[in-house]
Amino acid sequence: MRRRRFLTKGITILAAGKICSVQAQNTAQGIGISRVVMARDSSYNKVGKAPDEKTAGEMISRILRELSGAGDLKESWREILGQAKVVGLKPNCLSRTGVSSSPAFVYSLARQILDNNSNVEKIVIWERSDSDLRKAGFEISSTGRIWCQGNDSAGYHEDLIVEGSVGSFVSRFVMDVCDALINLPVFKDHGIVGLSVGLKNYFGAVHNPNKYHLNRGDPYVADLNRLPAIRKKNVLTLCEAFTAQYEGGPPFKPQWSWPAGLVLASRDPVALDSVCWRMIEEKRAAQGLMSLSRAGREPSYILTAADSAHRLGRADLKKIKEVVLS
Amino acid sequence: MSYSRRDFFCRGLCLAALAVAGTVKRGRGAERRPGDLVPPKEASFWDSLENQRVVCKLCPKECKVDDLERGYCGVRENKEGKYYTHVYGAVCAAHTDPMEKKPFFHFLPGTNAFSIATAGCNMDCAFCQNWEISQIRPEQVESYYLLPDEVAETARRTQAKSIAYTYTEPVIFYEYMYDCAVASRSQGIRNVMVSNGYIQEKPLRKLCGVLDGIKVDLKSFRQKYYQEICAGDLKPVLDSLEIIHDEKVWCEIVYLIVPTLNDSEAEIDELCAWVAARLGSDVPLHFTRFHPQYRLKNLPSTPVSSLEMALEIAKNKGLHYVYLGNVPGHEAESTRCPACKEIVVKRIGFTVLEQSIRAGKCAHCGNPIPGVWS
Repeated sequence: MRRRRFLTKGITILAAGKICSVQAQNTAQGIGISRVVMARDSSYNKVGKAPDEKTAGEMISRILRELSGAGDLKESWREILGQAKVVGLKPNCLSRTGVSSSPAFVYSLARQILDNNSNVEKIVIWERSDSDLRKAGFEISSTGRIWCQGNDSAGYHEDLIVEGSVGSFVSRFVMDVCDALINLPVFKDHGIVGLSVGLKNYFGAVHNPNKYHLNRGDPYVADLNRLPAIRKKNVLTLCEAFTAQYEGGPPFKPQWSWPAGLVLASRDPVALDSVCWRMIEEKRAAQGLMSLSRAGREPSYILTAADSAHRLGRADLKKIKEVVLS
Repeated sequence: MSYSRRDFFCRGLCLAALAVAGTVKRGRGAERRPGDLVPPKEASFWDSLENQRVVCKLCPKECKVDDLERGYCGVRENKEGKYYTHVYGAVCAAHTDPMEKKPFFHFLPGTNAFSIATAGCNMDCAFCQNWEISQIRPEQVESYYLLPDEVAETARRTQAKSIAYTYTEPVIFYEYMYDCAVASRSQGIRNVMVSNGYIQEKPLRKLCGVLDGIKVDLKSFRQKYYQEICAGDLKPVLDSLEIIHDEKVWCEIVYLIVPTLNDSEAEIDELCAWVAARLGSDVPLHFTRFHPQYRLKNLPSTPVSSLEMALEIAKNKGLHYVYLGNVPGHEAESTRCPACKEIVVKRIGFTVLEQSIRAGKCAHCGNPIPGVWS
């Protein structure tokens, strides 16, 4: 083979490899399609019960491999987290127990990341307040490789951050400490804004979420998620839905909850919320309840998050592929 | 009456005593660090709903609040179906201010008001100059725990003639304000509120029974502005002004002119016409100058010409007492008798230089000058 042809062929092969890699990524994500992957623990049968940590870990692993398209867990986490050294996990602890993030789930995730991504030096589990974390069963700690702390003790970034309708002090963890964020919402309805899953979970990042419930949180929720620090750093939404709630939220109402036994994940935060919205409406209809829209609390902020001004993801269910792992 | 050297020293000593001796910090008032909350107290003006929800009836927002959640103001919380205030006694700002700073120009001029606030507000004005305490939750700021009798006692010791509930939005610390007013009235201390007027009728009428003066910040005469810039509504504020007028509580109005947003001649004309028709020509109206703040740092300060334009419109509509604020040294800081046009209260900034009012009348011509003068 003459040198010129060799070089040409070499470059072509390299270029093809790159294109294949990009295509693989696009296939995994789908050009114009977002993916929401879910796994179910069919043995989970009691509303409000904490999940088994081992089971939770296995479900997360399966979901990660499917979502990333990677062969193993190390590769999966490398793909998701890139070069991040400090990863923030944002659970939802408002309702204390019942339909709150469980320490079993969150710590299982934290350990999995540390075991499978040597770049990551520290995990920070953060929420609005120390007391919220404690009431949900977490232990406050700011030593070691897994921290757990509320914004009330850790503090907020010093400057007021303004984005559209939102003007807030934002968690130091979000602004200054973490390189990547993983959103860990739970699955429940909300008495004012309609739905409290991923997008709404970042209300815990700001000092004044009480100001952002007008008009069913629209456009506040979308504007908040458009904050550059959240938008750029949020790499994954992983929804803990072992217990799910379709009415009466945000506090825990066992009479309106069911043992869904699910974990859902997506790299598109809007797509995940959109799928959860559909699921909650189905459950409400099955229970004889009116839709969120008829109840005056349509979570239109999800649609706003997908609009041309926000472009945070896809809300159209026709452009979302739901993958249910067996 | 001229402002004597004795008056100057008395005022200075009072202010120094408060600042240096830390009057507020003494007594039973314990310091609360950020993160601490004062003991919650059951709120007034709320109703129960199904499933442990409550509806707040204090302000027109009528927040429906689930268990564990707070209302828009950030200071009232539902705990298992009962509604509580987290700011009863939680003073996060306390100063002795000249009455003119509120601004009250027809209420005990030249005297001091012991001025207090808790965290919180039921609006979110993009130009708020006190946003660092109005747009936060009470646990996010250091505060002092001062019960109503301590507030009254502190006002008395600082020789303040009044207590002013101000800086943030006093409506949201309603229960505390009300009890402080009751405690201080018994000691001969007056009570004034500096408010956005965004309160429902029933609590307002009850409050009028213990307040001596209310200054209302009328943000705009357009609902759109109230909604988009303030997260509020216009009509309830206009209703409040009429209720205050009906209850015969002394009232003054401030209109902050924000360039390009609420400074049109048409809007100011309508506002002045409404005030003249519904409240009368004797209600003092202050047009104040905006300076870039909070979420409106992209706008310039209000040109003085805009303020003077508003002044002319108001006078042409027959309003007798129209002032300009945040323009120290301007002629329109002083009060003129509408009959003889002589200056009856001469001011520069917050300082009263001369006062020519005798028994509520112009010392030059005897025309009654409405206000609370003694």
